[in-house]
Amino acid sequence: MTGKMAIVGDGDSIMVFKAAGVATFAASDARNARELIRKAARDYQIIFVTEEFYRPNEEYMKRFDEEPYPVVLMIPSAGESTGYGDDLLKSEMERALGVDILFNK
Amino acid sequence: MARLNVNPTRMELKKLKGRLETAVNGHKLLKDKSDEMIRRFSLLLRENKRLRDEVEKDLADTLRQFSVARSVTPAYSAETAFSMPSVAIEADCNTESIMGVKVPRIDVSESRRSDSLPYAYSEITSEADYSVAAAVSLLPKMAKLAQVEKSVRLLANEIERNKRRVNALEYIMIPQLEETIKYIRDKLDENERASLVRLMKVK
Repeated sequence: MTGKMAIVGDGDSIMVFKAAGVATFAASDARNARELIRKAARDYQIIFVTEEFYRPNEEYMKRFDEEPYPVVLMIPSAGESTGYGDDLLKSEMERALGVDILFNK
Repeated sequence: MARLNVNPTRMELKKLKGRLETAVNGHKLLKDKSDEMIRRFSLLLRENKRLRDEVEKDLADTLRQFSVARSVTPAYSAETAFSMPSVAIEADCNTESIMGVKVPRIDVSESRRSDSLPYAYSEITSEADYSVAAAVSLLPKMAKLAQVEKSVRLLANEIERNKRRVNALEYIMIPQLEETIKYIRDKLDENERASLVRLMKVK
């Protein structure tokens, strides 16, 4: 199966991916982003969502955790990473193992 | 522990013994499955962490470079320049199975439409070329990260579910069956003694 990639984010930081051949959806706010993700999930197998739109929709993203596709990935917004990716990873780790084997904090 | 509501007969005893054996076997199997899943999970988790760090760093660099390029280019010309993709990224999306959990498997291949960038060099600053090239080379890694992260999630779900099954068998099902079997056995022995005594008295 050939998959297509899409990215949901604010207009500026995602434009570079447009040139790289990824379908881009510019969202204005969190609610709008959720709508775009919902639509994109029908046609695209891999969806990147920038952090600022992923964070408020975290609950919504859980619905993609049951099936292999679509794959939704949080990517940091422009600028430095805030450690949110590590937080997401940590919550999965605690859910499955109950102990911290990565960060040791 | 509550015992099951059954009649103390030999038939029931035999049936329950069969169930107990199945439950014990099942418990052992599920426990082994859980151990192996946790091993795979920790491997994936480490890989996920490594990829996540790499991608976040590279992405930050790319986006920073791109914002420089954007800032020196008029908005409308940037819009038109970047709207035409220079490469077609193809992602082969399949599934594979880790311990019976279906996880995505993504293979990215890029097919370049042409060797050059989709805009004239005079239009756009060279920063943009670099950042677009960086974004293109970053995509396979991002897809890989997406695959690993999704696998971690699916596996975490399955581990959680499996843990619940193991615990249900270990702490509820098996003790319950054991207790019921003991109860039936006691009852049957008691009946036997009673009938023996009765026979002796009759004689």
